[in-house]
Amino acid sequence: MKFKSLAIFLVISSVFLTCILSIWKIMSTLQGLNFTNLNITQVFLIGILLSLSSVLISNKINHLIKIFLISFSFSILYFYLNEESPYWYIVGVFFISLFFTNKLKKYNMQSLKEDFISEKIIFDFVTLLGIVFFAFVILFPFYIMLVTSFKTQIALLVNPLDFSLDFSKNLTELFKSYFVIFENYNFGRYILISSAVSIGTVIVTLLFAIPAAYSVARLNFFGKNFLSTSILIIYMFPAIVLVIPLYTVFSQLGLRNSIFGLLIVYTATTLPVAIYMLQGYFKSIPKEIEEAGIMDGQNWFGIILKIIIPLSLPAIASVALYVFMIAWNEFLFSLMFLDSPKSFTLSRAIQYLSGDAETPRQYLMAGSVIVTLPVLFIFIYFEKYLVSGLTAGSVKE
Amino acid sequence: MSDSLSKLEKRTAYTLVLPAVLLVFAIVLFPIFANVWISFKDIQLKDIRIPEPRAKKIVKSISDSGAELKVIYKLRNSSLIQEIRNVQFQDKFPKKISPTNLDPRCNFKSKKVICDFGNWEAKYRENFEIIVKNIDGKKIDKKKIKSQKPILSGEANNPLLTINFTLKNFKKVFYENNFVELLLTTFYFTFFGTIGAIIFGILAAQLVNQNIQGRTYMRGILLFPYVGPVVALAYTWTLLLDPNSGTLNALLVNFNILESPINLLGQKYITMSILGFEFKLRLALTTVIFFEIWRYFPLAFLFILARLQAIPKILYEAADVDGASPIQKFIHITLPQITAIISILFMIRFIWNFNKFEDIFLLTGGASGTRTLPINVYQQGFAVSDIGMGSAVSIVIVMLLLSFMIIYFRLIGKKANEV
Repeated sequence: MKFKSLAIFLVISSVFLTCILSIWKIMSTLQGLNFTNLNITQVFLIGILLSLSSVLISNKINHLIKIFLISFSFSILYFYLNEESPYWYIVGVFFISLFFTNKLKKYNMQSLKEDFISEKIIFDFVTLLGIVFFAFVILFPFYIMLVTSFKTQIALLVNPLDFSLDFSKNLTELFKSYFVIFENYNFGRYILISSAVSIGTVIVTLLFAIPAAYSVARLNFFGKNFLSTSILIIYMFPAIVLVIPLYTVFSQLGLRNSIFGLLIVYTATTLPVAIYMLQGYFKSIPKEIEEAGIMDGQNWFGIILKIIIPLSLPAIASVALYVFMIAWNEFLFSLMFLDSPKSFTLSRAIQYLSGDAETPRQYLMAGSVIVTLPVLFIFIYFEKYLVSGLTAGSVKE
Repeated sequence: MSDSLSKLEKRTAYTLVLPAVLLVFAIVLFPIFANVWISFKDIQLKDIRIPEPRAKKIVKSISDSGAELKVIYKLRNSSLIQEIRNVQFQDKFPKKISPTNLDPRCNFKSKKVICDFGNWEAKYRENFEIIVKNIDGKKIDKKKIKSQKPILSGEANNPLLTINFTLKNFKKVFYENNFVELLLTTFYFTFFGTIGAIIFGILAAQLVNQNIQGRTYMRGILLFPYVGPVVALAYTWTLLLDPNSGTLNALLVNFNILESPINLLGQKYITMSILGFEFKLRLALTTVIFFEIWRYFPLAFLFILARLQAIPKILYEAADVDGASPIQKFIHITLPQITAIISILFMIRFIWNFNKFEDIFLLTGGASGTRTLPINVYQQGFAVSDIGMGSAVSIVIVMLLLSFMIIYFRLIGKKANEV
C-alpha cells in the first residue's frame, strides 16, 4: 500500500515538474535560445530523484535549508546534463525547483500512509498542473500579440521563434509599429470614433434603460409580464439575422457609414440586457424609501433622479461597464455598416488592415494591442463590477 | 381617488417604458419580421437603392466667338430593373442666355428650362442636348454654366416594397446550397463548442475553488479571453497558427514533434490513425471549435464558480466524517449541485454558438469546411450579393432557434420549476 502511494506520488509530482520545466524551456526558446529537444525523459527521471530525496529527508533538517540544497543540486545536475545554456536560464530552473520542492513540503513517509492518499496526491498535483495549464494557454496568445508588435517583419522571417526585445535600440525604434499605425493608418481617429460610439452607447442606453427598468420593477401596467418575458426572448435573437434588413433600410435612409446609425443599433441591441439587469436591482431597493419620497411631494422623475439612481450606483456602474465593453468590442455591425475609412471603428480598422496581404503583421498586432488594452485595463480595475455585470447579462453575449 | 392614482401610474409607466420599447422594436423586432418579407423576394444587393433619374452635364462651345454653347445632359435611370415614372427636369441659366430649338418636351420660362420626360423604363439612357445663345453675342462663361446642377425628380417604387413574391430563395436554400452539409457543420460546431466550453469551465471552476494562493488573480486571468475584443484575439490566433511562420508550428517543428508545419486553419481534413483505425478529422473546423472553447469557457467558469461557492461547506465536512474520497465527494456532492446551472449554460451557449459569426468569419472566412449557417447569411447576402437568399437563410436560423427554445422549455423548464 505504502509503495503504491509512493510510486504514484513520485510519478505525478515528476510529471508536474516536467510540465513546468517544458513551459520554461519553450518560453526561453522564444527568447532566441537554440533548444531543439525538450528532453522529457531526462527531466522526468531527475524529477523522480528529486521527489524521492525530498520525501526521504522529510523533516530531518530545516525546511528552508532542505529545499535550497535539493534545488541547488538539481540545478547543477541539470546544467551538466544539458546543452549549453545561459546563466539566466539555469537561475530560472533553480527557482522552479525551489517552488516545486516547497510544494512537496507536506509529503513524507508518514503522510503517504493516510487514507485515500493517492487520490489526494492526484487531486493536488492535477490542481497545480491545471492552474499552470490554464494560465499558460490563456496568457500565451496575449503574450505573442504584445511581443510581435515590437518586432520587425524581417526579424520574424529570419527566426520566427525569436521574440526577444532589443532594449539597446532606442524607444522610437522599438515602438515603430505604433508610430506607423498612428501616422500612416490614422489610428488616432479610430480610437476617437470607437470611444465616441462606446461612450455614446453607454449614455443613451442608460437614458432609455433606467426609466424603463424602473417602471418594469415598480409600476403596474397592462402588458408588464409580457414585456419582461419578451425581454428575455429578444436576448436570444442574434445580430446576424438582423443584419440584412437593417443594411437595406440603413442604405435607403443614408444611415450607413454614420456614427449615429451605429449608435442606434448598439443601443437597441444592448437595451434588453440593461433593462433586465437594472430592474433586478431596482426590485431589491426597499419600497419605503420611495414612499417617503412621494410624501415629500416628489413626482416619478424626482424619485428616479433623487432616490433610485443614487441608491443603485453600483448596478448602474456594472451596466455601464458591460455596455461599454460590448460596444467597444462589437464587430459584426461595424463590418456591415462601415465601408468608408473615414468612419471606421478600431475593430473595423484592424479588419480592414488585415484585408491587405501586404500589411506587416507587427502593425496588425500593434493595432490589436491598442484595441485590447483599454478593455483589459477597465476589466482589471473594475473587475468586481464587471463580473457582476457579466453574470447578470451573460444571457446575452 | 385610488382609481385616478392607478391611472396616473399606468400613464407614467407607459411614458417611461415606451421609448425603450419603440427603439428595440424598430431595430430588433422589425428586422426579424422584415426578413420574412425579403426572403420571399428575388432581390439583389444592387437593387436595394430606390431608382432615381440622374444627369451628367457636359458643356461644349460650338461657335468661335463662344457666344453659342451646346449643353449635353447624359440622362439615365439608375436602376437596371425598375422604371421611373413622370420624370421632371429643371435647369437654370444665367441672365441673357436663352436656348434655341428647344426640345418639344421642354419649355423655357424665367431663366429656367423645365422638361417633362414622362416615364423611363429600366436601363433608360438618353443624350439630351440644349443649344444656348447669349443675346449680347458675348462669350459665355462655361464654368458658370457647368457649375449649375440640373434638378431631376421622378416617382419610383421602392424595390423592397413591391408585391411580387417568389419561393425561389427557399428552393435554393434547401436544394442548391449543400444544405445538409451546412446544417451538419453548424451542429458539429455548436455541439462540440458548447460541450467543450462547459467541460473546461467545470475544470477551471473546480481549480479556482480550491484553497490556492492568488485565486482572485486567477479568476481575473481566466476571464481575459472573454472580455478581449474578438478581432484582436482572432488575428492573434491566426498568426499563432500560421503554417509558414506561425509560432505554434515553428515550435512543434523545432522540438521535432512535427516533421512539417500543418495548416490548422486552411486544411479541411486530416487523416489520423488511432489504434489502427484510420479516420478523417475536420481539421479547420476543429481548430475553430478550439478557439471558440478558449474564448467562451470563461463564461461557463464564472457561472459554475458562483454556484460552487454557494455549496454549503457542511456537506463536504459530513462527507469527510463518512470517509469519502475526493472523487466520491465530487460525484455525489458537487455534480448534483451544479447540474441545474449546467443545463441553463448548455442552452445559452448552444444558442449563442449556433449564432456565432464573427469568430469563424475572422479565422477562416468560412473556408475549408467551416461554413455554418450564420456565415452563409453573410456569404449569400454580401459576397454573392443575393439579399433575398441571405434573408431566407436567416429565416431558417430563426425557425431553428425557436424550435430549440420550445424544446428547451418543454424539457428543462419543467424540471427547473420542480427544483
